[in-house]
Formats: sequence, C-alpha cells, structure tokens
Amino acid sequence: MKNNIRILRGERSMTQAQLAAALEVSRQTINAIEKEKFDPSLPLAFKTARLFNLNIEEVFEYEQVK
Amino acid sequence: MKQTDSSANGWQASNIHNMRRVMLWTGACVISMAVATFGPKFLWEFNTVLTIMAVLANLALGSVMILANIRQVKGMDEMQQKIFLDASAVTLGVGLIAGCSYELLEDIRLIGFQPEISHLILLMCLTFAVSMIVGNRRFQ
Repeated sequence: MKNNIRILRGERSMTQAQLAAALEVSRQTINAIEKEKFDPSLPLAFKTARLFNLNIEEVFEYEQVK
Repeated sequence: MKQTDSSANGWQASNIHNMRRVMLWTGACVISMAVATFGPKFLWEFNTVLTIMAVLANLALGSVMILANIRQVKGMDEMQQKIFLDASAVTLGVGLIAGCSYELLEDIRLIGFQPEISHLILLMCLTFAVSMIVGNRRFQ
C-alpha cells in the first residue's frame, strides 16, 4: 500500500518520533510504514489520516498486487 | 507538539514499565526455580513440606510472569506485535518438531543419552531471539 506520510510529515515539520508519539506507536513502525514495508491496520490508517486532517484516501493508496 | 511529546512519553513509559515488570517476574521465577531445584538437597534436606512450598511458589511466580508477558505484548504497537507473533510461531514450530525428533533419537538408538528438556528450552530461546532479530531487520 502506497502512502504520502513522509511528504505530509515533512510539510508539517514533524519528526518520525513526534508522529510516532501522536499515533502511539514506535518510531520504527512509522519508518516501516513510510518505506511501505509494513501496512498499518485500518484503525491506525484512519488515526493517521485524522491527524493530518485528511481523508484516508489522501494518505493511503491501495496498490493491487499482480 | 507539547501534547504529542507528553503522549509519546506516556506510551513509551508504559512500555518500559511493562518490560521492567516482565524482567522482574522473570528474575523472580528463575530464582524460585533455583531454590526449588537446589533447596531440597542443600537447604532443607528433602523436607517434603518445604519442597512442595518451593514448587508451588515457582508455579505461582511463573504464572505471574506469564501475565506480565501478556500485558507487555498487549502494550506493544501493531508492528511489534506482528514481529512477536511471527517469532512465537516459529519458536513453537521448531520446539514441537525438534522436541519430537529429539525424543525419537533416543528411542531409535541414534543417541546414547537421555534427551534433556533443558536442551529443548535452550533451542527455543535461541530460535525466538534469532526470529525477533530477523523480524526487526525485515521492517527496517
């Protein structure tokens, strides 16, 4: 699943640690999500979108596996 | 960002607190196991009542350790839980397969000594540690 978290975080001058704190996850988890190595659960995805005041589709993009 | 930082501290502090509890109860469990193992011979000359009490104390502390471990896992975030779950699954599989095969080795006389449960526990600990390292590296 693709996402714009790194860009959105950069626009708000947030560090990975600060975003991790706001979402109550570890910094490693934020890093893995940004690198698209780990797909967050639906609640965490919604929580992330709400934090940025965006819809979930504006943060995450479903990528069909071929 | 002040609120965010304090929230971070809260979540991280809770994790650290849970980890410390696991370490504390694991230590207590190991000590009680040592007392139950060596106490009968070196401390109370096989007094049955004291031996039963030592074994019960070991079981009780072991149960508390399990509860502390469950609490710690529940406090982890979802990626940490996934890594832990994967490592647990690998450890369970390796423990089951290796344990059965190890027991079989003596039955079919491929080894000349009695299989020890401590060997299996050591293998499971090493498997879990390696699985956790591999799991963490996979998401880096």
